[in-house]
Amino acid sequence: MIPVEFDYVKATSIDQALAALKSGGEDSKIISGGQSLLPVLRLRMAEPSVLVDCGGIDEMLGVRDDGDSITIGAATTHHGVMSNSLVQKHALLLAQATATVADPAIRHRGTTGGALAHADPASDIPAAALALDTSFVIAGPGGRRTVAAKDFFLDYFTTAVGPDEILVSFSIPKCDWGSSYSKFNRTAQAWAIVGVAAVVNVQGGVIKEARIGLTNMAPTAVRASTVEAALVGASSPADITAAAMHAADGTRATSDLHAQADYREHLARVITARAVRAASGI
Amino acid sequence: MAHISVKVDGTSYQGEVEPRKLLVHWLREDIGRVGTVVGCDTSNCGACTVLLNGRSVKSCSVLAVQADGCEVTTIQGLADGNDWHPVQTAFKECHGLQCGYCTPGMVMAAVDLLSENPTPSESEIREGLEGNLCRCTGYHNIVKSVSYAADLMSAGPAKGAK
Repeated sequence: MIPVEFDYVKATSIDQALAALKSGGEDSKIISGGQSLLPVLRLRMAEPSVLVDCGGIDEMLGVRDDGDSITIGAATTHHGVMSNSLVQKHALLLAQATATVADPAIRHRGTTGGALAHADPASDIPAAALALDTSFVIAGPGGRRTVAAKDFFLDYFTTAVGPDEILVSFSIPKCDWGSSYSKFNRTAQAWAIVGVAAVVNVQGGVIKEARIGLTNMAPTAVRASTVEAALVGASSPADITAAAMHAADGTRATSDLHAQADYREHLARVITARAVRAASGI
Repeated sequence: MAHISVKVDGTSYQGEVEPRKLLVHWLREDIGRVGTVVGCDTSNCGACTVLLNGRSVKSCSVLAVQADGCEVTTIQGLADGNDWHPVQTAFKECHGLQCGYCTPGMVMAAVDLLSENPTPSESEIREGLEGNLCRCTGYHNIVKSVSYAADLMSAGPAKGAK
């Protein structure tokens, strides 16, 4: 189908984009890669009056080294993120999760920051962002603020980014722990039925600390904190399997045409054990 | 209306477009590059795949106005005169198609894949083409075609020509 008519503004700076969002009012929308928005526009499930294109704003593109952390411009494409050497060295989990998004053509256009701001509960990126303790820089009419990962994802398709605000970049503390993103889906390029993002600090064959993010087990990505606590001291596959039995604790999995909630809970336990074993090498 | 300037298959085109116009519709309707087809219109099938600044994209999922200032290569821009691109030759030699509807997108996705990985394994080919659906072949001959194209390209451009 053909999208509804809208105006289009190609922004070249954050300030220009914020001004365009403000003058467009509540029906203005941000676009960059458009790989989530364009399908919705074609189905006329969204009818924006103005699209503000942030895909060409220099400040929102690329990856930079900030010493203890790396900062990724929100409009950097998935392909740009997963093939970036800083990401591969200091936030490998993000590269692993990004590589499972959709297919190569979509990863050439779609942006990792866009996926975070879109906050689809089945998206692979938010769980990885949670496990990596990501922080988010949001620009709005009143200036800029930084939001921690735990405060960023609020609900189904809802984040801390307000309608008059823009996600500029996100920062990840450098992490050299073992990592894995494991996802269960039934066909190529399909969304995750359940996904698990794991980073694990192993010393002398014993897990010292682990951070686990779950995809599609609640209206937002969530941390599996009971598993994280149970993994401390684990040193065998049996220890990991026992800890992973808590993967569905406190989650709110839904039933849909892909899976019933109890099946998702089962998958969370199985996939968590797989992800932690892959990340830890145990 | 927005003014755009896009280089398509080596030729520069200028035009006025509605911002809502999809790149694939602009290619087909405004400048007549009908080699690129619309398959599913849902971003799934990849039949409309073209190269945008050298990388594969689904042209049903890009606004024409977003291609302003870019270079687009369609299936019609691959051949050098009468000399086919090695990927085109390989699809013919290995019969990498049946009805042919997915072929323009398959070929463009394969060109992109081989530009990044000139010697892909079978699983890397299947992974690299996961965004392109074929409802006829079961993919077997398509995978063979891409593998053969890799051989042709590593043997040098002259052997890839028709």
